[in-house]
Amino acid sequence: MTPTDAGPPADVLRPHAEQRHADELAALARADDRARPPGWRLSPWAVVTYVLGGELDDGTLVSPKYVGDRRIVEVAVATLATDRALLLVGAPGTAKTWLSEHLAAAVSGDSSLMVQGTAGTSEDAVRYGWDYARLLSEGPSRRALVPGPVMTAMAEGRLARVEELTRIPSEVQDALITVLSEKTLPVPELGEEVQARRGFNLIATANDRDRGVNAPSGALRRRFNTVHMPSPATAEEEVAIVARRVDEMGRSLGLPEVSSGMEEIRRVVTVFRELRRGATEDGRAEVASPGATLSTAEAISVLTQGMALAAHFGDGVLRPADVAAGVHGAVVRDPVADGVVWREYLETVARDRDGWGEFYRACREVGD
Amino acid sequence: MLGVRHHGPGSARAVRAELEDFAPDAVLVEGPSDADPLLSLVGGLEPPVALLAHAPGGRGGPRRSAFWPFASFSPEWQALHYAHEHGCDVRFCDLPASVSLAVEGDGDGGNGKGARPADPLAELAAAAGYDDAERWWDDTVEHRSRERGSAPPPSPFAAIAEAMTEVRARTAPGPLPLHEASREAHMRRTVRSALRAGHARIAVVCGAWHVPALLERPKAADDAALLRRLPRVTAETTWIPWSHGRLSASSGYGAGVRAPGWYHHLFTAPDRPLERWLSEAARLLRAEGEHVSTAHVIEGVRLCEALAALRGRPLPGLDEAGEAVVSVLCEGSALKAERVRAAMETAERLGRVPLSVPRVPLQRDLEAQQRRLRLRPEAEPRDLDLDLREENGRARSALLHRLRMLDVDWGVPLADPVRVLGSFHERWRLAWLPEMEAAVVDASLWGTDVASAADARTRERAAHAGLTDLTALAERCLKAGLDGALEAVLDRASARAAHVADTAAFMDAVPPLARAARYGDVRGTGSAPLRRVAAMLLDRVCAGIGPAVSGLSEEAAAGMCGAVEAVHRSAALIGGASERSWWEALVRLSTRTGVPGLVAGRVHRLLRDGGRLDDGELLRRLSRAVSRGSDPQRAAAWITGFLGGEGLVLVHDEGLLHLVDEWLCGLDGESFDAVLPLLRRTFGGFSNGERRAIAQRVRTIGADPRTASRAPEADLDRASAAMATAALLLDRETSTTSGEP
Repeated sequence: MTPTDAGPPADVLRPHAEQRHADELAALARADDRARPPGWRLSPWAVVTYVLGGELDDGTLVSPKYVGDRRIVEVAVATLATDRALLLVGAPGTAKTWLSEHLAAAVSGDSSLMVQGTAGTSEDAVRYGWDYARLLSEGPSRRALVPGPVMTAMAEGRLARVEELTRIPSEVQDALITVLSEKTLPVPELGEEVQARRGFNLIATANDRDRGVNAPSGALRRRFNTVHMPSPATAEEEVAIVARRVDEMGRSLGLPEVSSGMEEIRRVVTVFRELRRGATEDGRAEVASPGATLSTAEAISVLTQGMALAAHFGDGVLRPADVAAGVHGAVVRDPVADGVVWREYLETVARDRDGWGEFYRACREVGD
Repeated sequence: MLGVRHHGPGSARAVRAELEDFAPDAVLVEGPSDADPLLSLVGGLEPPVALLAHAPGGRGGPRRSAFWPFASFSPEWQALHYAHEHGCDVRFCDLPASVSLAVEGDGDGGNGKGARPADPLAELAAAAGYDDAERWWDDTVEHRSRERGSAPPPSPFAAIAEAMTEVRARTAPGPLPLHEASREAHMRRTVRSALRAGHARIAVVCGAWHVPALLERPKAADDAALLRRLPRVTAETTWIPWSHGRLSASSGYGAGVRAPGWYHHLFTAPDRPLERWLSEAARLLRAEGEHVSTAHVIEGVRLCEALAALRGRPLPGLDEAGEAVVSVLCEGSALKAERVRAAMETAERLGRVPLSVPRVPLQRDLEAQQRRLRLRPEAEPRDLDLDLREENGRARSALLHRLRMLDVDWGVPLADPVRVLGSFHERWRLAWLPEMEAAVVDASLWGTDVASAADARTRERAAHAGLTDLTALAERCLKAGLDGALEAVLDRASARAAHVADTAAFMDAVPPLARAARYGDVRGTGSAPLRRVAAMLLDRVCAGIGPAVSGLSEEAAAGMCGAVEAVHRSAALIGGASERSWWEALVRLSTRTGVPGLVAGRVHRLLRDGGRLDDGELLRRLSRAVSRGSDPQRAAAWITGFLGGEGLVLVHDEGLLHLVDEWLCGLDGESFDAVLPLLRRTFGGFSNGERRAIAQRVRTIGADPRTASRAPEADLDRASAAMATAALLLDRETSTTSGEP
């Protein structure tokens, strides 16, 4: 666990949110004169401002982290302020993890107390484990106990995050019930318990595409307020999200400057939206939808890859040929079924669109 | 001077409190001043109601109507109600409806807002840092009177007047549009006349926008000059029932509110509106089978309060409540939440007006009939099953049909999946929508009672209708019991038929007439003239059908096939010589060349089912139709037409099955490919059981007939009892529904 106040080493690949935006958080903390819930670094209003962006009275510009419905963020923050746990549900790539990281960074200044849910996540990861060498030599003692992120968050009054809740086996999920209802974590081996301090809360994310994996039990569900994360509502909104993230990622990966991306970004977003919705943006024609989710996050990765191609192998301008392979790869997961869908889309929609000729030819080349 | 927002519960409470406090001796309310006589009726009304102003538009003038809706949470309504309870003088102060209806180009029909340079509330809201004007008004005015247990809040009206003066000076510095100016002139004039009448304490309840205009005092002569030039029409005003659905902004009502149900709740809930609202949502969700506990409601309330605090709102509002319902009560499922949202936010209710309100004669007649037939107009749709053999059922049906003739679709006939062939039942879906009141008023043009109005309307329609429309009209006349109009329609149909030489049009015209004749039998009205016209048309069909079916495209053939069927059924209903000539026409058709396969196949089937074609001859025809020499496409169409959606005939007629089988096996690959889609469509229409039975039969083709499974011989002894009952039933059926095919 990195002490969050110290700056990260310059060569860290992906600094935590609170490190990346340390200056914004500091400015907000200075400007924030509203009531802060116990244990919170900022007031709920400042948290919302941090996430959605805005300009402070002292002229500091806060960059928007999440672009979308203000109400979603407000409900999420209000939930955390009521000491109810927050469950963010949505299709893959709808910024669930992104939002949870930024909320944790803003509320407790620490987004690193995170349990990554997988099929192999054990109770130890959720609660606590043991340092076996010490356990064997000294017997059960506080010093031999290795606290998990949730336990640390409870003890320190911070936010804990559980990613991909539904991937965790049901019996392990249910270990959270006591934590959320009693706000205590018993350690029977020591005859002790850890009581949560004010400011503790939990943000979980879950993917509703794999609802069947390990649906949370009713008892656990009742401890959460659920917020459904939608796909971006309009093409413009989605283009804005993609453009900003691609830009940020390009900079953090140290890619050379690549120009004239907007047109390609708009095109990729259009392709993804149309295939996702099963209809063209003007609503005139229906298209088949492939099996892939085609989330905003995938559009971002396709474009970042395209930027890398253009920077290193192209002429420094993002061209249709740079994104064609990426789009093809994202859409065609199943070579047979999705291949047909993609070819149909190219022939019926892309071919006749103004200014799409180069893109169409590039995609045809990749496909053949 | 009480500036309000139309339909705001907080405004309504504040108005009420202010009136109690001020104890005026006269109350002036924004509304059409020629509706003053109606104000004495306020005590008997049950909101939501609306003032209906209606210009009958005789002599070429435009027919228009306008509404001024009032809900129990409307400040205007509270003012009216206060005046009624305390017996003080009450008047409307806006322009009379006769003027506002005459003013052209007034988009929103004078429903209280009028054309306005900009949205004044948006200006104020923006100044207060809100992006949503509605929400700003809610926060500052509507929600303020809801604080629990505290002393009543100070009156907001002085502040509103001041703010509005400022806004008006900024957004509309120049002269107002004429209509707006004259409305306000009229309001001022009403105030003056109230003062002259000796009232000292006058309360004016009007839209906040108008308050500054009423506070300034231009010369009376100027206002009079402004009002003198206004055009006028004759207008009648009355109270009509209104509904919450029509109050909501989504119904297109200009001054509408987003969620009438929420406002109604705010106004009626004695305390803790949020808790009550969420409990109600939980109750509705439980009724839908969801598990929503009290703990959910508690957490929902907490979330609302946290959200309101976060957003800096004084109290949680509808937005917060809606978000709590989604996030807590429905555990994130917007779909579930949507199910209760609509029901709660609109909270459909229909107002009531007493019988004593002035009504157009047609309305009075309709009400009398509704009472007599015990059909209450209700907003919620409900289904009604009428038995036409009973006096009451017939009368109800006739009333509903007559209203439909007058474009008042109170009842809409439902297709009955079970008794589609039954002729003595009618199923209706009834829903009385507020605009029907207006439709009734509109229809009063045609007559003073429902029967005569419907009669006149029908005759008018008949004058312009083509043949097909005429026969459909005849059927409707009969159902509506309009015998006089029926004769006129039939005369018109005969006259028209003489000029028409289109057999297809006749074929479309025959079935409604034949059905009408059958309904006539059921209803005990005279059906002889109907039969006469139907028979005449059928004769003409028989004469022209040969050329009519020749050389049709595949699509047209499918339509023609349906038409032939329909006429065939009608022929049985018409009976007599015309039925015989129809059979002859079918026989002629069966041997005619150039008839599309589909139609030819169908004709053969009809002849076979009618016993007009023996099996040997049929097999010969079939084998010829499907023989190698004929086009495989046509052969397949022939089979399709012949089987016509039911495959049992293949199961029971071995000869037929053999023929089809032989034909199919004999096709070469290319022709097989050509007919396959057609056959697939044909066989796809059969039920699973039929297909299985056919498949079983096909498997035994060619097997030794002795070893092939055979249906067991019927045991006549055991069947006799059932057969006797069946015979009895059939007999009864034919005697009660004479003319049933």
